[in-house]
Amino acid sequence: MEEKTVVLGVIGSDVHAVGNRILEEAFSEAGFEVVNIGVLAPQQEFINAAIETDADAILVSSLYGHGEMDCKGFREKCIEAGLEDIVLYVGGNLVVGKQEWESTKQKFLDMGFDRVYPPGTLPKEPIADLKKDLGIEG
Amino acid sequence: MQLALLLDIGSTYTKGVVIDLEDLELKAKAKALTTVQDDVSIGIKKVLEQLESYGVDFDLFEYRLACSSAAGGLKMVAIGLVPELTAEAAKRAALGAGAKVSNVYTYELTAQEMERIVEEAPDVILLAGGTDGGNKEVILKNAEALAASALQIPIVVAGNKVVANEVKGILVSADKEVYLTENVMPKLEELNIEPARKAIRQVFLEQIIYAKGLAKAEEYIDRVIMPTPSAVMKAAELIAEGSNGESGLGELMVIDIGGATTDIHSVATGEPTKGGVELRGLAEPYVKRTVEGDLGMRYSLPSLVESIGQKKLLATLAAGISEEDLMTYLEQLSQNVEHIPENPIEAELDTGIAKVATKLAVQRHVGRIERVYGPFGESFVQYGKDLTGLKLIIGTGGVLVHNQQPEEILKEALFREKQPQILAPREAEFILDQQYILSAIGLLAEVEPFKAIKLAKKYLKRLGGKRK
Repeated sequence: MEEKTVVLGVIGSDVHAVGNRILEEAFSEAGFEVVNIGVLAPQQEFINAAIETDADAILVSSLYGHGEMDCKGFREKCIEAGLEDIVLYVGGNLVVGKQEWESTKQKFLDMGFDRVYPPGTLPKEPIADLKKDLGIEG
Repeated sequence: MQLALLLDIGSTYTKGVVIDLEDLELKAKAKALTTVQDDVSIGIKKVLEQLESYGVDFDLFEYRLACSSAAGGLKMVAIGLVPELTAEAAKRAALGAGAKVSNVYTYELTAQEMERIVEEAPDVILLAGGTDGGNKEVILKNAEALAASALQIPIVVAGNKVVANEVKGILVSADKEVYLTENVMPKLEELNIEPARKAIRQVFLEQIIYAKGLAKAEEYIDRVIMPTPSAVMKAAELIAEGSNGESGLGELMVIDIGGATTDIHSVATGEPTKGGVELRGLAEPYVKRTVEGDLGMRYSLPSLVESIGQKKLLATLAAGISEEDLMTYLEQLSQNVEHIPENPIEAELDTGIAKVATKLAVQRHVGRIERVYGPFGESFVQYGKDLTGLKLIIGTGGVLVHNQQPEEILKEALFREKQPQILAPREAEFILDQQYILSAIGLLAEVEPFKAIKLAKKYLKRLGGKRK
């Protein structure tokens, strides 16, 4: 397959670095070119990275409960930046407290994310989804 | 006895320094007006005549080298993709090569931008865009725009390697001269400016010195080998690093206050000085040069006053200087940029302006730190270089060299408790280039680095300093 590039990072004021490294490993292992922008990453840096590296997808992690606030307007900014076709995934502890997963998921889908993952998702699930979404065989 | 003749062909003056290479002594200095419109060799000849009258024997010259900032210096336009990424990397490469960057362009060039580039009439263009394997579209389109333009200048291509040959092909088929080199940002936020710097240097030697009539200097000297800012940068690096067993002075900053710009060079890694700091943004070059085109003592004075505001500038000046004094002086300088202070009030004004230029230029050069609060407490994000631990500041440029209290100006470079986010040196020793030979040291460093560092140690004057 032609190598697909994904931009990976932990959004907002979130410093959770471990899951980010695991995802980098897993996606690299699966044959993706991973551009990891690390923790404490603002929206604009995901977008800048995606433009320069000509990325196919952006994978956003958020584990500290403020994901909704940090991710607002992400899709719109991508469109403005000419990345209207980019695949956007988000996952983690996206909201504070005990909220029903289905409504949280819907909230992020409405914000323009293509797929939304709850806490505890193993990397193989988004990897399989991404291969499907990008039309990669296998 | 062996001598070295080291010339700095500036836009106004041509300055010559003669060094005794055995005793490592400054033998003679001379200065004459540069006559670049007619023939640079006229100014050089005058300098040589003066040196001869001081008894310098020209047969003893082992080296005769020059650097130049005449005829507008090395004027460049940098083109990249994202402003903070490849465009910034391209700008840094050009600055690192001693260029004057007249403008930076990003994303796809518009027809209007293309027109503006032609009007700006740069000497060289640096074209970047995309990481290796990244975006190809934009650099290809920009190459097409450049190919279709009337520009007849060398273009250094330092972008996405995947399309590098294609970019070159587009430009070459339109009869543009192309220097192909490695990507300035091969991976995201990874800086690789050395190959582009070398390519620009090559263009300078192969083309620019001829295009600008500097080659005429070869009647009297071996060669113009680099732009003056490169010579200063080379000196800064040498003084920090040392050479051949002669130790350097360690990490340092050079403050060069000129008539048109204030240049800051830092030779330092700029790593975070405290723990738990997340570094963000494009990687920083170990030897970094920034140029503030709006902060100069003469040509760019109107923009300097605009940057700080007249009231604020007045507030930094000594008591007894009125707004009227300031206005009169500014008016006078705009009529005669070569003006040298003639009375205590003018001297005080010059010092005040230099302080402002130093403060702002250093603030823009150094990195900054931001405090971020999260559910797990505070964390820090650093952009740029942390120079709080840097211990040495070297001052050069006319206003510092001729000032009664250069340390008062240099102090403005230091860290301020009121602006803890700006990562300027907390305390530093100040050194003055009192003989104004920093560029000569940089030139000599090309051929005799060991002697050049010895000479620097001998002639740079320690002012003491350190705040608190």
